[in-house]
Amino acid sequence: MSTFKFPDSIRSRPVYGTLEPRAGSAHLLIADAHGAEAILELAKSDPSLMATAHIIYIPKGEDHEDALRALNPAQFYAGPSYAAAQQRIRKALEDAKMGLQVYLTGTEGLMGQAQNEAMQAGIPHTAIQTEHRGSVARRMQCVHCKGITEDVATDPFVCSHCGLNLFVRDHYSRRLAAYQGVCIDAEDPGNVPEPKELYT
Amino acid sequence: MSGATKIAVTVTDIVPLNDLVTRFEFKPTDGGRLPTFSGGAHTVVEMRDGDLTRMNPYSLMSDPADQSAYTISVRRDDEGRGGSLFMHNNVSVGDEMTISYPVNLFSLDLRARKHLFIAGGIGITPFLAQLKQLERSNGLWELHYACRTSALGSYVDELTENHPNNTHVYYDDQKQMIDLQNLLDGQPLGTHIYVCGPKGMIEWVRRTAAAAGWPAEAIHYEEFLAPQPGKPFEVKLAISNKTIQVGEQESLLEAMEREGVDAPYLCRGGACGQCETSVIDYSGNFIHRDHWLEDAEHASGQKIMPCVSRFEGKTLVLDR
Amino acid sequence: MTIQFNDETFRDDYSFHNSERAIKRFPFPFHEDSYMYSVNMEQHQGGPADSIYEKRFDVDEHYVSEMRDRAMVLADDPLRCQSLPHMTLAGWDLLELIMVSKSEDYPDLFELHRDGDNWRWLNKPLGIDDSFVFLDETTLPYGPMEYITRQTQGDFCVLDQRDDNLWMDAGMITTQADWSLDFDLGMNFFEWHAPVPLAHEKGIFVRALKFLLNIQQGSPARRLNWTMTVNPLLDTSPENYHKWGIQKTTLTPENIGAKQHLRVELQTFFRLPRSNALVFPIRCYLCSFQDMMTMPKWGRRLHRVIRDLPEELATYKGFIDNRPMMLDYLSKFDDGQPTSPGIWPDFDTEPPLR
Repeated sequence: MSTFKFPDSIRSRPVYGTLEPRAGSAHLLIADAHGAEAILELAKSDPSLMATAHIIYIPKGEDHEDALRALNPAQFYAGPSYAAAQQRIRKALEDAKMGLQVYLTGTEGLMGQAQNEAMQAGIPHTAIQTEHRGSVARRMQCVHCKGITEDVATDPFVCSHCGLNLFVRDHYSRRLAAYQGVCIDAEDPGNVPEPKELYT
Repeated sequence: MSGATKIAVTVTDIVPLNDLVTRFEFKPTDGGRLPTFSGGAHTVVEMRDGDLTRMNPYSLMSDPADQSAYTISVRRDDEGRGGSLFMHNNVSVGDEMTISYPVNLFSLDLRARKHLFIAGGIGITPFLAQLKQLERSNGLWELHYACRTSALGSYVDELTENHPNNTHVYYDDQKQMIDLQNLLDGQPLGTHIYVCGPKGMIEWVRRTAAAAGWPAEAIHYEEFLAPQPGKPFEVKLAISNKTIQVGEQESLLEAMEREGVDAPYLCRGGACGQCETSVIDYSGNFIHRDHWLEDAEHASGQKIMPCVSRFEGKTLVLDR
Repeated sequence: MTIQFNDETFRDDYSFHNSERAIKRFPFPFHEDSYMYSVNMEQHQGGPADSIYEKRFDVDEHYVSEMRDRAMVLADDPLRCQSLPHMTLAGWDLLELIMVSKSEDYPDLFELHRDGDNWRWLNKPLGIDDSFVFLDETTLPYGPMEYITRQTQGDFCVLDQRDDNLWMDAGMITTQADWSLDFDLGMNFFEWHAPVPLAHEKGIFVRALKFLLNIQQGSPARRLNWTMTVNPLLDTSPENYHKWGIQKTTLTPENIGAKQHLRVELQTFFRLPRSNALVFPIRCYLCSFQDMMTMPKWGRRLHRVIRDLPEELATYKGFIDNRPMMLDYLSKFDDGQPTSPGIWPDFDTEPPLR
């Protein structure tokens, strides 16, 4: 099972739901890795969606591409990374009209970045559906050097850019599509606790 | 003190536009500058009608950047409690009046890529200020305006002359209808809709847009209710320790004000939530008319909005 | 009265200092001998003569030096001042509010001459004389919000109001109590306050938001907030925390009176007329423990407040580790006598330390 129940947290931490079909003129579905499973379930609950659906999928080593393609969406793309898919996502949003429904599913990093694109295109974030599937690793921003470290799985962790020891906060920025990492040993240099897997 | 800060003004111009609508212009009595405002704001006009003080909200329709004068348009309501009739019949150029600072419960979403205005009848007034604001900032907008007849089409000439490409007018008596489904189809992402008009029109626009997959955050609407007359009733005010009578032609809020009980308000039309009041005890039926409280709150018998809602029954005790 | 502006620093050698007058008008934030969060809002319509409440935007002896410090912070990190594109009109609103207020409240220091949209602004303490066209960004060296807040003490959050919430969509933040504008930009009221402990559970933010959404033109409001800072450092940003955090460990029983500062924020709230946005200026005042102890009432009260503060709050405000040393110092100024109600020092009527 690729689902995980996140513990309750502070108000800035995103809360994910379950994708459901909604009325709309077109449907943009963006997923990575295990997110494909959520799309398959969505398509099952409303097969008619696929006639106006555009699926953008980043497999990240998972084997769901054929199953998604078999849904026969109006448009389908599988790409090697989010960065590779980004221009296509932007073009899809640029061409879109009011009434477009956006569905995001997979890792937090994927959902956060795609949500940010959709918001910049003029869709309120509350109108964008999300469902978490797969890895619980986070996309972290170092508040000191502003560098982003992808797929952080432990707390604390070392900033991949400036090398500071950072603790993982639940404070989240939709604009940056990242959680905040803050120096853990500023007041006691070198005193860094042993890294622990997130949610353990 | 309740309500927004007050401004002393003089009526400087009165222009009847058609059988129903008259425009009033106010300038500051002290000769100073009026505050600027944002399109969609209203002012509460105080009318001294004998012993009664009526306070009605009207949308400001003048250029929000113009600090020399404010204008409002008042539609005569022969069935109402007399506020609009007072404005039409008793107010003359040169009269001194009191109005409130502008309050905006219907402001533009300045992030919008495009502003789509839908007006019915006198609902045109807030849009007149909003489109002046947008013209200054080169905002993209489009107006769809439904009127009963061309004779009652307030400001149609001005709009079609100044903004021929943005203005679309529809006359009921000529069987012209806004083709809403078609209008909503194909609007660019980031379009926001603003609707002001009769209750039925607002509900029609909200329903149609939701069915077409528009987010609720992109639909803005303003509907001020005028308080309706009703049977007189008695209210006990627990904090002030007073029992007061609400007359046929006044609202519960007005009756409290008449008795010197300070109750907060902003819109006086069931929309802003300021006057929300807790019910301590009651025996009878509420006539809820606001669109602030949820249905469950209406049914609970624990809350009332005194600006528009009434009561029929034996006892009503409020936390005021 | 004419203000003598200090020549002082808020970094490196920390030559910041308060004159006797500045200590007397310091906004001591505790109106009683204990502290808990509350929506402690009041109208911002003046106050006692020469108090920080008297003017809409208080200008004091630190003005010129604070503006110099802000320019240095911005040169290092321009992301401390940001405005999302839809907030430009609110920036003009703010510029207008500050220029009109300051020229009326301090006519000897600031002048505003308006001829239609052609404006001339004189800022004598900073030696500025600029002519520009109101609402035309091309006629100012910065955007309107940045231009005027480079000339006004305090941080500024400019909040868009929509969907029954307030959104942190623009700001000038260089003297903050450890939060990042660059990170929080675009968040709503509940989100940017998310890290604050206890207050959400107490419903503080729901009530505060309801109050703020209803602030109207012509009726500004204010409240005080506080935290602690070691050294008179204005820029206690998360961005630089790895540099300044270590200073918290330099306190000793000998230097704590001079080094430990109470940091008080005068927060005000104004509705901006043209944009319907809300501006939330956060003006920071610093006072060393030893300067505060010159007022016997403040000495007694500060000891009691710090002693009884819940642990979560002392942790959130970042002084849990130093609290024992603070209490050792402060207890010497608390003789157990009762204190008068309210925040004012009441120097002439409160008994001296026994």
